[in-house]
Amino acid sequence: MGPRLKLFLPLILFALLAITLFRGLGLDPSEMPSALIDRPLPPFSLPALGQAVALTEADMVGQPALLNVWATWCVSCRVEHPYLKQLAEQGIPIFGINYKDDDAAAQHWLDELGNPYRFNIADREGTLGLDLGVYGAPETYLLDAEGVVRYRHVGVVDEKVWRTILEPLYQQLKTRSDAP
Amino acid sequence: MRLLRLLLVITLALVAGPALALIETYEFSKPELEARYQQLSEELRCPKCQNQNIADSNAPIAQDLRRLLHQQLEQGASDAEIRNYMVARYGEFVRYRPRFGGATAILWLAPVLLLIAGIAVLLLTLRSRSTRTTVSGAAGLSAQEQERLRSLLERAEQDA
Repeated sequence: MGPRLKLFLPLILFALLAITLFRGLGLDPSEMPSALIDRPLPPFSLPALGQAVALTEADMVGQPALLNVWATWCVSCRVEHPYLKQLAEQGIPIFGINYKDDDAAAQHWLDELGNPYRFNIADREGTLGLDLGVYGAPETYLLDAEGVVRYRHVGVVDEKVWRTILEPLYQQLKTRSDAP
Repeated sequence: MRLLRLLLVITLALVAGPALALIETYEFSKPELEARYQQLSEELRCPKCQNQNIADSNAPIAQDLRRLLHQQLEQGASDAEIRNYMVARYGEFVRYRPRFGGATAILWLAPVLLLIAGIAVLLLTLRSRSTRTTVSGAAGLSAQEQERLRSLLERAEQDA
């Protein structure tokens, strides 16, 4: 290595470090990929909220859809609720998991604020949440037409998240499932 | 006396914090299970509060995972089975001691590689320093150069 190049070594190292750290600023460390990505939903059989029927993973197969984990004790869920209603009005299928919640409180919430969900799975003990790797509501899973998990978003789904992340993926899954 | 009492109160207040943090205790059928519970709950990371293990965290998810850990230990699951169960749901992320391979390879290898790089830099610096001193010493000059050096020094003396 020439002495001239050696002189620039600290500068080069500094630049590399600066680039790495700068990239780190834009990353969200709390966002981690789900272990279920590209794998089918775990099998389950749980009661439906407000109905005397049992629901299974097969009930969500048939079209790409959103699976939203929510609870009445979850403050951020109240924040995203109006936007979920908008999406439902646009015809996006949304299924709900009422996670570690009280059925009566959840029913009251839906009556009061409106119901964007096709149906709600009453996961009172959080067993389905555990199998999904849920670590805090709200979480939203994007499912393809075969019921395979394609994406997981942790946190509130708002216009920005939908437009930039979920909608492109959703449209892609939709064209793929409509094609054959 | 009053000062002493105040100090005592402050000390007790500081000590009482961790005691409050302990929220639930589990009964184990065998003491061996309890030891494994301690070890595993310190090795598993809380997915919600990422800088704590599930033993230290009070997050609801950490409580759930502790309850699950207790259940599985009592049901006779092995350590490997429990780890695999957690990893299948929360990813390699839940382990403070991730298995080697793929994305975690850099975690395991980086310290060794950095140590090797450090030693290499140290050796190179030491060697270049020792060669430089021999070259710049008087021994590094040829007979002709030494002659020239002497004549230059003499001329300088005459000029002065």
